[in-house]
Amino acid sequence: MRIFVPGDAAAIALGADDVAQAIQNAAARRGLPVEIVRNGSRGMVWLEPLVEAETPAGRIAYGPVEPAAVSGLFEAGFFEGGAHPLRIGRPEDHPFLKRQTRLAFARCGITDPLSLDDYRAHGGLKGLERALAIGPAATVEEVVNSGLRGRGGAGFPTGIKWRTVAETKAQQKYIVCNADEGDSGTFADRMMMEGDPFCLIEGMAIAGIATGATKGYIYIRSEYPHAVAAMREAVRRARKAGFLGERLPGSTHSFDMEVRVGAGAYVCGEETALLDSLEGKRGQVRAKPPLPAHVGLFGKPTVINNVISLASVPFILAEGGAAYRDFGMGRSRGTMPIQLAGNIKHGGLFETAFGITLGELVDDIGGGTASGRPVKAVQVGGPLGAYFPRALFGTPFDYEAFAAADGLIGHGGIVVFDDTVNMLEQARFAFEFCAFESCGKCTPCRIGSKRGAETIDKIRGGIDPGANLALVQELCETMKFGSLCALGGFTPYPVLSAIRHFPEDFGTAAHLAAAE
Amino acid sequence: MTSAIEETARAVISRHLALDGAALPILHALQAEFGYLPEETLPLVAGALNISRAEVYGAATFYHDFHLEPRGKHTLTLCRAEACQAMGGAGLAERAKLRLGVNFGETTAGGEVTLEQTFCLGLCACGPSAMLDGKPVARLTPEKLDAIVDEVRP
Repeated sequence: MRIFVPGDAAAIALGADDVAQAIQNAAARRGLPVEIVRNGSRGMVWLEPLVEAETPAGRIAYGPVEPAAVSGLFEAGFFEGGAHPLRIGRPEDHPFLKRQTRLAFARCGITDPLSLDDYRAHGGLKGLERALAIGPAATVEEVVNSGLRGRGGAGFPTGIKWRTVAETKAQQKYIVCNADEGDSGTFADRMMMEGDPFCLIEGMAIAGIATGATKGYIYIRSEYPHAVAAMREAVRRARKAGFLGERLPGSTHSFDMEVRVGAGAYVCGEETALLDSLEGKRGQVRAKPPLPAHVGLFGKPTVINNVISLASVPFILAEGGAAYRDFGMGRSRGTMPIQLAGNIKHGGLFETAFGITLGELVDDIGGGTASGRPVKAVQVGGPLGAYFPRALFGTPFDYEAFAAADGLIGHGGIVVFDDTVNMLEQARFAFEFCAFESCGKCTPCRIGSKRGAETIDKIRGGIDPGANLALVQELCETMKFGSLCALGGFTPYPVLSAIRHFPEDFGTAAHLAAAE
Repeated sequence: MTSAIEETARAVISRHLALDGAALPILHALQAEFGYLPEETLPLVAGALNISRAEVYGAATFYHDFHLEPRGKHTLTLCRAEACQAMGGAGLAERAKLRLGVNFGETTAGGEVTLEQTFCLGLCACGPSAMLDGKPVARLTPEKLDAIVDEVRP
């Protein structure tokens, strides 16, 4: 009997290890043979730990399961899908999953993450095989045609990046995967690495073939020990099976990779700071140009892509760029794994085509707040993303539409706040966070963030609030245009959106300014 | 005279010298070995990698993860980022500081536990979250937090 208990860090944080042990013990007591598979998460985090039994009628899910509920599940005959208050039914019939379009996350939660046989049985390695068959130039064009843009946040066309590296001549080139997923409200990279690590490996190998790079690095943040362990083991198994290393199956291409662990610096999510960190230096931002595509890791041409960008590539190669491009709106093509987080009833990962509105995501799919109170604000795109009021819930999830609303989609995280939040405090936190994480290289970020927090304190204390509010706005202009990277450059997004949309939290001065 | 620390450090360093950009893997390995980065190990890293002491010290002090002072027996890390704030994380942070009598980055007087803050553990749909000695904890409540505090500081 196969039972699935997620090994995803969120499930473990909610007791999945204890649940797995309780099932093992209870089965042994009853003399029932059981094989427990630690799958990835389906992404319905409010139902974790979500336990599934493989029955003749398909997999039947129960959740959220606590260790104390396990003996009751056995009495209900959950091995056969028996009735129980926690019974969810077939996961794929659940509306939260049924409404999704899972391209990157097609296998996550279904397969055994570390089984290559499972991976292949569910469509894995088809992309790599096709890339090897059609060759580097056609592989690059397939990614260009897909319209895939960087899922880390910047939204730069992935295929163009690859083409630049492919066209740059060098003895050594690198593929670097940015798995320094530091934005609050995001966990798609973590879920992918823990739930379907071979998909990322396949994407990186395809990138290597396409651009002529033979070495890859995955830079994972240290806050993700489970992802680090999963990726290391997956790389080991892929190498053993011959899908990494010298001469990939049926070809002359070689590609191997290493997992590297960050050390708790948010700014290393910025691509050039990450490269410096990989080289063993302080994670400080580099001035661009030169672009990493020309002068990247160890001075060599480097493709640096986010986890989800790379994990989207196997589908694009297997099914063709056009199949991916058919999803989405405007210049935002394909799907985006959106992460519903914070004070939300149905939090988790929702992969869907671009174009869905913010309101649909928060109210319909997310079910509103977990506290049951009204939604006051949602922050989209991490700590450097704007706060949106309900009035902007009609905004479609699309790079350009969010930019037009003075926001950004970033890495696709949506953090919901109820009406108890004070937006002045959130604006202050944005400055405080920037000060804490600043690499210190440029002045607007290093000093501006400190002064910003101090000035918000003055507004809160009633010290000349009108003049100080104007000063904060002026400071934001300086940070936006004068910072070397997005840390200082985008901190104004949460600050200014909080002031603009929630003037009541900044006292009468902001009220009057908003009324003008 | 070579101290025992230096001898161990040399062995740890030599295991990573084949790597390109070995500094961070070495610092991680040294910290895993000693629980912190003893000051006398940094010149050894510099020598082995043929870089300046300033560069090693610069890297060791840049990253929030590396510590030049001994740490508590346990490390309790609370997430202070937005998704956890939305679920009452700030109140729990204050409670933890009060109960343990330390600020973030500090260790209790008896060396039992070091309290740390982090900005996101990637457990944002089940906050507030924390990590105790590398083990993730989600949907933290004042009661759960108190139980953890009692466990790490009997």
